[in-house]
Amino acid sequence: MKRFISLAVASVAISFVVASAAIFSSIAGAQAQDVRIAMLVKSLGNGFFDAANKGGLEAAAELGNVKLIFTAPTAPTAEGQIEIINNLTAQNVDAIVISANDPTALIPATQRAMARGITVISFDSGIAQEGRKMQLNPSNNELIGIKQIQMASDAAGGSGEIAILSATAQATNQNIWIEEMRKELAKPNRSSLKLVDVVFGDDQSDKSYQEAQGLFARFPDLKVIIAPTTVGIAAAAQAVRDEKRVGKVFVTGLGLPSEMAGHVDSGAVKSFAIWNPIDLGYTATYAAYQISQGKATSEPGASIPVGRMGTLSIGATGEAAMAEPFTYDASNVNDFKDIF
Amino acid sequence: MMANQIRALLTKRREPALALLIGVLIILVGIRAPFFISLDSLSGVLTDTSILMMLACAEMLVILTRGIDLSLAANVALTGMAMSLLSMTYPDLPVLAYIVGSMIVGLGLGAFNGFFVAIVGIPPIVVTLGTLSMFRGLVFVLSGGQWVNRHEMPDTYQMFPMETFLGLPHLLWIAIIVVPLLWLFTNHTTAGRSLYAIGGNPQAARYVGIPIAARLFMVYALAGMISGLCGYLWTARFAVAYTEIALGFELVVIAACVIGGVSIGGGVGTIPGVVLGALFLGLIANALPVMGWSPFWKQAISGVVILAAVVLNSRSNKRQGKLIVRREEASSS
Repeated sequence: MKRFISLAVASVAISFVVASAAIFSSIAGAQAQDVRIAMLVKSLGNGFFDAANKGGLEAAAELGNVKLIFTAPTAPTAEGQIEIINNLTAQNVDAIVISANDPTALIPATQRAMARGITVISFDSGIAQEGRKMQLNPSNNELIGIKQIQMASDAAGGSGEIAILSATAQATNQNIWIEEMRKELAKPNRSSLKLVDVVFGDDQSDKSYQEAQGLFARFPDLKVIIAPTTVGIAAAAQAVRDEKRVGKVFVTGLGLPSEMAGHVDSGAVKSFAIWNPIDLGYTATYAAYQISQGKATSEPGASIPVGRMGTLSIGATGEAAMAEPFTYDASNVNDFKDIF
Repeated sequence: MMANQIRALLTKRREPALALLIGVLIILVGIRAPFFISLDSLSGVLTDTSILMMLACAEMLVILTRGIDLSLAANVALTGMAMSLLSMTYPDLPVLAYIVGSMIVGLGLGAFNGFFVAIVGIPPIVVTLGTLSMFRGLVFVLSGGQWVNRHEMPDTYQMFPMETFLGLPHLLWIAIIVVPLLWLFTNHTTAGRSLYAIGGNPQAARYVGIPIAARLFMVYALAGMISGLCGYLWTARFAVAYTEIALGFELVVIAACVIGGVSIGGGVGTIPGVVLGALFLGLIANALPVMGWSPFWKQAISGVVILAAVVLNSRSNKRQGKLIVRREEASSS
């Protein structure tokens, strides 16, 4: 009996070793052939980044030997992203593509990753220059600023009071766009548009809604709210409808067709813009592959071929930009609302 | 004599002091932004605070028993997402189905907490911290990380909270029904009164034969049911359900309780106090955007105002001994 037990134990132990060896070798095998690219975005459950993931998967399929790891913290914090970067560094992935929650807080973590030979590039919301090899802007920041002021001007009929409802007060991309909008407003042909305030709704619907109501109360003549953020634009449009200001106050800014279609129908939103997040994810993943495999460099002045999106030209600070954002309105929003 | 009575009223009882503070705050805001003191804008604040009021009252019931429920806001998110998905799949359901459905789902989630706290006997802070993450995680699982957007929700679903009845939105009416019911429960039912005894003196409560486990289970289930209802109202009101609904809102809810005079040590707290505490926070949230200050100042200012309210309140809280039965009014003079 005793012998039987020890035999059983031994056989279990052996099968355990064999099984784990098999698993281990299959992992090692995967490591040997696949290029592992991690796409780390601001937070999970954000339609924009889900679409970017689609683009990343498309690039991975096209390149063949790429395994895309899509990951993010559950809430959009820099701390959550740092933890994930440290994990990815420990796993020794080939490249990390990041949309950052903070331009500087991630630098020590990404520098450690780069010291291990991992290619780090940022897209959408950037990391400061010393913390990444390249930054891919979804569009030219200047174009994004001009586009939003143009849409606001169209909605306001060329003149009147406008306000901006942003996400958090320290969001990198938001602040750059607000700056670009201010520059555009300073031009003489925009002198009849008056920017009365910039408020922050922290990408929470209740807070954004309260801030929008505060704007209505303080500026009875307000004509347009520009919200360059997806939670904000939806909450502002909802506040416009609830306060029965449809037709008096228009909401515009950056949002996804799926999230905005209902608000375009209600009349609270005339037009809004967004770049194609699928193309953005595709390009970022493609570029990360090219750099990590030594097929391209990210030196200023270099150009990187990125599959169906053509080539990227790297600017002086290691930044590259895609095209002008695309405008959606009642005529085309329904064609896109089921795509992203 | 008169002055003494007023002083006694303001220092002995929390509610009048808090009501006075709210009045002062409204006037201060009104000086800077006169339009804030209009019937429209004040009823807007009231409507906006309805959800916070109901959640804070639910939280109070739990805190009375020396417990805490950190999962209320996560329950709001999960039930809200579940109802939004339901409305997306079956757009022809009547509003009543969402209201009853959300209460049932919320009740189930609350009962889950109640089971572990009351029957298994794990400390509430541990249980609800666990379910907080669990419910938040389930929101992702349920929705696949996708939003439910306005054009995907039927009108019956999203229009209900802000449609009006006798001039007031349904959202406010629901709070007007739920809050007094909870007041009746805590003040005029044996089960409700026993919550004070459980928190005030658990040993004594056991000796007098209060079924502590059953009461605890009920309290968490009830808090869950109210949160579930708020989940429907929240997603319908903002016409969007996403994974971060009400993220961190549990802290606002607990703050409303503390400002309203609920003792975290259990056994002390009233529904009117909590309603005032919620109104106070709602007022700050609605008044600050009107003031036009920088966002960084706003955070600091709301912190200072909340701290001031707590300090003012704590002066009236120097009560000796345990509260088991209600104090007679005559004995306080």
